[in-house]
Amino acid sequence: MPEVNDSMFKPVDRSRLRIRTKSRPVMGYWHEVALKLAKNKLALTGFFLLLIILTLSIIGPHLLPFTPSHQSLTEGNLKPSAKHWFGTDDLGRDIWVRVWTGARISLLIGIIAAIIDLIMGVLVGGISGYMAGRSRAGDRIDGFLMRIVEILYGIPYLLVVILLMVVMKPGLTTMILALSITGWVGMARIVRGQILQLKQQEYVMAAEKLGTSHFKIISKHLLPNMMGIIIVNLTFTIPQAIFSESFLSFLGLGVQAPTASWGTMANDSLGVVLSGQWWRLFFPALMISLTMFAFNAFGDGLQDALDPRSEK
Amino acid sequence: MGETILDVQNVKKHFKAGKHQTIKSVDGISFDIRKGETLGLVGESGSGKTTLGRTLVGIYEATEGKVIFDGRDLSKLDRKSKKMVNREIQMIFQDPQASLNPRMKVGDIIAEGLDAYRLKKGSARKQRIIELLEKVGLSPEHADRFPHEFSGGQRQRIGIARALAVEPSFIVADEPISALDVSIQAQVVNLLADLQQEFGLTYLFIAHDLAMVNHISDRIGVMYLGQMMELAASDELFAEPLHPYTKALLSAIPASEPSLRGAKERILLGGDPPSPIEPPSGCPFRTRCPAAMEVCAKQKPQWKEIKNEHYTACHLYG
Ligand code: SF4
Repeated sequence: MPEVNDSMFKPVDRSRLRIRTKSRPVMGYWHEVALKLAKNKLALTGFFLLLIILTLSIIGPHLLPFTPSHQSLTEGNLKPSAKHWFGTDDLGRDIWVRVWTGARISLLIGIIAAIIDLIMGVLVGGISGYMAGRSRAGDRIDGFLMRIVEILYGIPYLLVVILLMVVMKPGLTTMILALSITGWVGMARIVRGQILQLKQQEYVMAAEKLGTSHFKIISKHLLPNMMGIIIVNLTFTIPQAIFSESFLSFLGLGVQAPTASWGTMANDSLGVVLSGQWWRLFFPALMISLTMFAFNAFGDGLQDALDPRSEK
Repeated sequence: MGETILDVQNVKKHFKAGKHQTIKSVDGISFDIRKGETLGLVGESGSGKTTLGRTLVGIYEATEGKVIFDGRDLSKLDRKSKKMVNREIQMIFQDPQASLNPRMKVGDIIAEGLDAYRLKKGSARKQRIIELLEKVGLSPEHADRFPHEFSGGQRQRIGIARALAVEPSFIVADEPISALDVSIQAQVVNLLADLQQEFGLTYLFIAHDLAMVNHISDRIGVMYLGQMMELAASDELFAEPLHPYTKALLSAIPASEPSLRGAKERILLGGDPPSPIEPPSGCPFRTRCPAAMEVCAKQKPQWKEIKNEHYTACHLYG
């Protein structure tokens, strides 16, 4: 090893020792998140795909002069063409129009799942986490709510739908009801865990010490610091709900024919795909896959962007 | 010495750990703090000093014992007077990273107490924020920034301004400088000393080693495993430590501060502090004490005034 001696050390240039003061433009947190997101190509692709799907679900059916249930037996089983962009099915119904009407059901289910998650999940998880450890009564409320969540957590969504069908007809209402029973427990757990963690943060203690009201502690300290996680979680529960709808409808347990849904359309096509009418299965399946991909890509990117430790 | 502002009587704070275990974080501590003084509180991590601090300001509720502030028993107040007393006791937190909400602007952080007590609104509120920023050595334009744009020392200043906003008389500073660069520690300590002068504040200054509290404290208390080992005026404690644990702590101060260390031999403590779930019988320090005797395992040493204003709990002095 070479010997270390004094001559090897030089005084540092004083000017380089200046204390680093961060002086950049004042920027809000969400502004920063948006910037980070804009640099993530995959997330951006997901975002624009979602926009396109949403737009087409609104205007798509009006671009061609057919209604989703308009039948024309002379025009059955047509290949995609200038008249029928995605072709027709055996009853001569236009698949482009039906795919985008079906998208409305998928997005509706997605939005309802999000609302249930936000209302039930955030509320139950929030109350549970906030009350926990506050007093004996608080602990009891937390214990009670979490017991319910645990029980519901063990029951699969599919089972609830099937059980509900004992008393109800299969359809959108049944699926939504099943979703409101079990769909929010994951969110409740996440929110509770977050609140428990945030409550240990010294700034929450400081706020309590300063006499800040419960309402303000929740709205100013807890919720803003959980927003990221809540939104990310939504970008995963929404596609899950959409997929469940398609899957159940495909099995005949969800939306019933003749209503157009990606699942029922895929089901209808099963018998004929092998005889060469690929477009009957391809377009609904493509939409399901694209939607799943778009949500997941966007959700992943969002998760990264919301993490304050990730640099721009 | 002045009149007592805070009287701590046999305070205990136990936490439940699992079904059948309790962590005795603070286990029977008595002392008083006098108006205008700084009491340094020293202990290793896990000694319960932070828990004691948080119990005194009312973040935790004491399991047992009394905290009397300005003649009022904190556990016996109705909601309204509790809120008023709460205002007078404030806290400065250890981690300047975790003690400021990353989503709030500095101005709003500082004004949190003003808002909670509805003290100031509109332009008066703004004026007060600027005044407080300047008091702690920051500038008015910092009010519109977010905490992550500041250095550790600056963040600690923001935390100090937040506590000052409600005009407290007593502040518990929980290791306010431990997380800071050595070069910045002195600045923050000096700021605290200046503010004490200006507003007649009383401090409980918590730290993990004696060298850190020496400059600012009038008196120093030494904690070990949830109990107070020794309490005396700073000079007295450094010149004539009584408790074996204090002696060991003093001997561990690096030689770069010879004035503090004196000519004492380095006393090395063997082992780690025992768990507060199952503290040793008798004297909590006996498992590591070089002077431990038979009686130490059997009987808990009494907290006694050995000399004038010099308290300790050890069988060597009894
Ligand atoms: S009481 Fe005994 S064990 Fe405890 S410090 Fe004194 S001598 Fe050591």
